Amino acid sequence: MYGPLWRLLPGPWPVKALLSLVLVAGVVAVCFLWLFPAIAPYMPFNGNSVGAPQ
Amino acid sequence: MRAFSHDGTTMKGLRWAVRTLGEVLITLGLLLLLFVAWQLWWTDVAANSEQAVTVQALEKGFGPAHGAERGAADPRVPLATLTRVPFGEAFALMRIPRFGADYVRPVLQGTDHDTLTKGIAHYQGTAFPGQVGNFAVAGHRTTYGKPFSNIDLLQKGDVIVVETKASYIVYAVDRHVIVTPDHVDVIAPVPQHPRVQPKQAWMTMTACHPRFSASHRYVVFAKLVKRIPRASGLPASFMAAPAGTVG
Repeated sequence: MYGPLWRLLPGPWPVKALLSLVLVAGVVAVCFLWLFPAIAPYMPFNGNSVGAPQ
Repeated sequence: MRAFSHDGTTMKGLRWAVRTLGEVLITLGLLLLLFVAWQLWWTDVAANSEQAVTVQALEKGFGPAHGAERGAADPRVPLATLTRVPFGEAFALMRIPRFGADYVRPVLQGTDHDTLTKGIAHYQGTAFPGQVGNFAVAGHRTTYGKPFSNIDLLQKGDVIVVETKASYIVYAVDRHVIVTPDHVDVIAPVPQHPRVQPKQAWMTMTACHPRFSASHRYVVFAKLVKRIPRASGLPASFMAAPAGTVG
């Protein structure tokens, strides 16, 4: 999975390494900004109110 | 097994499958760690800055505090009270000296997940600040800026100041209970006495308990002490640090 990805990246290895970092940063950003906020309401530890949630 | 060990292509395919499975599992593990970091650290960073902006906007909208230039309030002018606030809108500021001299958080209408990430959340349908009945709010004890992080430090008599456009409403902590989340009677007009007609102004604060768990709720009840028109300014004595304050 990561082997083919590494081979797919262009350039010599420093360029590949840099591109990998950019890709990782992109994945982290997508998780922080969209994925995690979207799934957080379904986590079982986020309750603070009483009664049925509105 | 003999077929596998003598067949190079099958061996190769098997190796690929195992390696890919391993990589997928490692990736999922890292994503899980990343989620923990987001929940425990990033939500605080993001919520604190967002709530600070809300506080600034509210303070600006409320006009100058301690209206010294306007002198004492005219006693003939009745205190205006809120009657309706759109869902999700910030309408008040809450200051709790026990949580620090500079502790101030916005109060927003509604208690859904989204509102709770933006500040202290007001249970729709309960009284507004200073009104007879129960001004009931919920707040995060962990994550999302954790406005009620130290709710367990509140002691009887501790002052809670709710600031609206019209007035400062001062409550004093009465008592606390720890209940399961189905105990809606804690936000009844007379806390824990549903169906009783309220005669005084109460305030209820709910937060999760224990920390990082949603199994119970830590609930604090406070009673109205005083309503002060904004123009009169808030007496400094109310904001004095209570005895034994930490941090």
